[in-house]
Amino acid sequence: MLSSRIITAVITVLSVAAIGLLADVAVAAWGLNLPTPVSPIGRDILELHNLILLICLIIFVVVFSFMFYSLYAHRKSKGYQAAQFSHSTTAEVVWTIIPFLILVGMAIPSTATLINMEDTSKADLTIKITGYQWKWRYEYLEHDVGFYSNLATPRAQIEGIEPKGANYLLEVDKPLVVPTNKKIRFLLTANDVIHSWWIPQFGAKKDAIPGYINEMWTLVEKPGTYRGQCTELCGKDHGFMPVVVEAKSPEQFEAWLASEKQGQAKDTADAAREWSKDELLAHGEKVYANCVACHGADGKGVPGAFPAITGSPVATGPVTAHVGLVMNGKSGTAMQAFMNQLSDLDIAAVVTYQRNALGNNTGDIVQPAQVNSVR
Amino acid sequence: MATEEAAHHDEHHAHPTGILRWITTTNHKDIGTLYLCFSLAMFMVGGLMALVIRTELFQPGLQVVDPHFFNQMTTMHALVMIFGAVMPGFVGFANWMLPMMIGAPDMALPRLNNWSFWILPFAFTMLLSSLLTAGGGPAAGWTLYAPLSIQGGMAVDMTIFAVHMMGVSSILGAINVIVTIFNMRAPGMTLMKLPLFVWTWLITAFLLIAVMPVLAGVVTMLLTDRHFDTAFFNPAGGGDPVMFQHIFWFFGHPEVYILILPAFGIISEIIPTFSRKPLFGYTTMVLATAGIAFLSFIVWAHHMFTVGMPLAGELFFMYSTMLIAVPTGVKVFNWVSTMWRGSLTFETPMLFAIAVVFLFTIGGFSGLMLAITPADFQYHDTYFVVAHFHYVLFSGSIMAMMGGAYYWLPKWTGHMYDEKLGKAHFWSNTIFFNITFFPQHFLGLAGMPRRIPDYALQFTEFNVISSIGAFGLGLSQLLFVYVVIKCVRGGDKASDEVWEQPRGLEWTVPSPAPYHTFETPPRVA
Repeated sequence: MLSSRIITAVITVLSVAAIGLLADVAVAAWGLNLPTPVSPIGRDILELHNLILLICLIIFVVVFSFMFYSLYAHRKSKGYQAAQFSHSTTAEVVWTIIPFLILVGMAIPSTATLINMEDTSKADLTIKITGYQWKWRYEYLEHDVGFYSNLATPRAQIEGIEPKGANYLLEVDKPLVVPTNKKIRFLLTANDVIHSWWIPQFGAKKDAIPGYINEMWTLVEKPGTYRGQCTELCGKDHGFMPVVVEAKSPEQFEAWLASEKQGQAKDTADAAREWSKDELLAHGEKVYANCVACHGADGKGVPGAFPAITGSPVATGPVTAHVGLVMNGKSGTAMQAFMNQLSDLDIAAVVTYQRNALGNNTGDIVQPAQVNSVR
Repeated sequence: MATEEAAHHDEHHAHPTGILRWITTTNHKDIGTLYLCFSLAMFMVGGLMALVIRTELFQPGLQVVDPHFFNQMTTMHALVMIFGAVMPGFVGFANWMLPMMIGAPDMALPRLNNWSFWILPFAFTMLLSSLLTAGGGPAAGWTLYAPLSIQGGMAVDMTIFAVHMMGVSSILGAINVIVTIFNMRAPGMTLMKLPLFVWTWLITAFLLIAVMPVLAGVVTMLLTDRHFDTAFFNPAGGGDPVMFQHIFWFFGHPEVYILILPAFGIISEIIPTFSRKPLFGYTTMVLATAGIAFLSFIVWAHHMFTVGMPLAGELFFMYSTMLIAVPTGVKVFNWVSTMWRGSLTFETPMLFAIAVVFLFTIGGFSGLMLAITPADFQYHDTYFVVAHFHYVLFSGSIMAMMGGAYYWLPKWTGHMYDEKLGKAHFWSNTIFFNITFFPQHFLGLAGMPRRIPDYALQFTEFNVISSIGAFGLGLSQLLFVYVVIKCVRGGDKASDEVWEQPRGLEWTVPSPAPYHTFETPPRVA
């Protein structure tokens, strides 16, 4: 009888400690639990996670109180004589049925949340997300606006030459912008390999798979900047394709959308005119950022894995073949088709840059109109 | 284990000595030793790769390796540990112990046994040498997901062929286990008297035969996609990248239980011995093992909740996965009940067994959390998953093998291992294991994806702790190797029983066990 009292006491103390720890964990700034959610689904998941974790902790503490009590009390060194029982049908039936019932209890809220997560109907806005090695493209399907989102952390920070910024590896050149308190439907696909788009605070993660269009929805309740990463191994720079979302009030969002449309009209006008070699080189150097991951900032590539541009037969051979490779990519390799990712101007500039820099000096100039003619 | 011993016990035939003995041997104990040594060697190789990973992750930024090589290390670490360390390790235990436990002189198919071992060194030479090819080793993760794996170089082809060879080896080994258990049992050794280690291996062998061909099939489809213009997985040709995952995980989930069931068997041998009490609930243990094996075939898509399955599919795989908690729970309750009111002592094997029960259950609970589909969307492909499967694979499978090694080493070598050093190994191993992997739960929840060579600043603290733990964990294993070598070379003479009245036929023969154990079968009452 004394032993059962001790067990009860131990269980009580440990459970209280566990619950206290859990409550603490939920608000800790040290990142011990899922981050504070800003969407209804994110909140449901956090509650579910906390509930399941708590149940697991309680069962864990109870079961192992028995074990540790036994390790303490039933020791040969204390002269404890071993009992010789080897089964108990009652106990075995009980500890098969009780866990089953607990599982049913867990399954009910899980099912409810899941059904809600999968309901993408009645969305206010649809955004198509396409994964590329190694960047994201966002398209606002109802508004004819689209752009790419690349890692903005400078190479020097990654290599430890410069001190790392606060949002190291979680910053992009152009974040996805969404309105708050609107149901947003995401359509996800990929261009090359499988990626996965994730913002932890939305509780929204889904694979972007070539040949598939997946669906997911969220509703962001608070304006702010939210950060996540690609979570499906997608090759060399998998760790360097962050997801950044800026949530703005619906009015600010509309204003942003209008300015985006204007900016894209200007790009079209730019592509129509003749460009000088210096202009092309200057712009091409910026566009070359798309190539650095594989071909290297110096154009030397990675021997055996990614070919060099310096002195390569493509960059020093016929111009049309070079433009063609950049536009159509090379299947079965990480060299992707940039035709739909880059504008005529971007492609013209980067080809010009590759042929006249990085140790190459062919003197060739490619104009945007030339690129446009082979589209 | 010395060669003259072998000659002494086998006076009927002239056996080759030296290296030829090991190449030509058909003796289950020799082959068991080969498997165990191979497993230990691969454990060290895979461990070194893990240390490369943890060194790079010690600080944010890229310091030691480039991201491409980092991906090769994560891929290779998993392949080497799963197929090189854990699976051959268990086959080594099966070879040594199954015949002794069922009262047989040897495995049923000795030449096949020799062949199934000797495939492995070639398979792993091929796999490891792929690191030296242009472009380096496979870098698409051990799951080889298409289409990423279609992008890789020749290393992927070498990996595919190595996987084929490992598959052949495993299937042959599994056939041998089944034939041995069904045909070679001593009179009176009915199925329901088999030691639990034998039962878990029997069920594991059936799992192996069921799923290794599936793995061979899926990697062959990958191979033809890569070289012969098929488009099973290439959407541009009408293929389906998700189909790769379905087929892979139809192999992959039973594989998980292939990696843990024999560990359950070992634990179920150790705990009764040091509790001085019979195993609690033998029948339910057998049924639970069979139940887990059955469920393993209908839960595979829980590895792929984020690929966009229909709601009904997600619900089915959530419910079936949650069900696994029931038989697994039964096992844990039975182990604890075996200890309950026993007369416990804490020799090294028992310490390992207790730690396995405790730590594996942590991995079991994180597994249950992962089964909850909505929550899995948050955990999927983060360090939470990495923490989960190291709690089941390292503190489940590998630590069970370490416990098993200490438990049976006196029987294998005739010498007691150094108890003090064994305990030192246990504590340093177990403490560093937790320092390495417990913080990874927090990293995952905070949002750190797996398989990344560099990370955002808020993940720094836990990564530092984890890396320090990893180096301690790695160094601890040198102590293990030292204890094993010391025990093989000498030490206190072990009695036949070794421990205090242990159950099982292996304790009725001399220590070290003679080259052929039961030339006339024992009678089992």
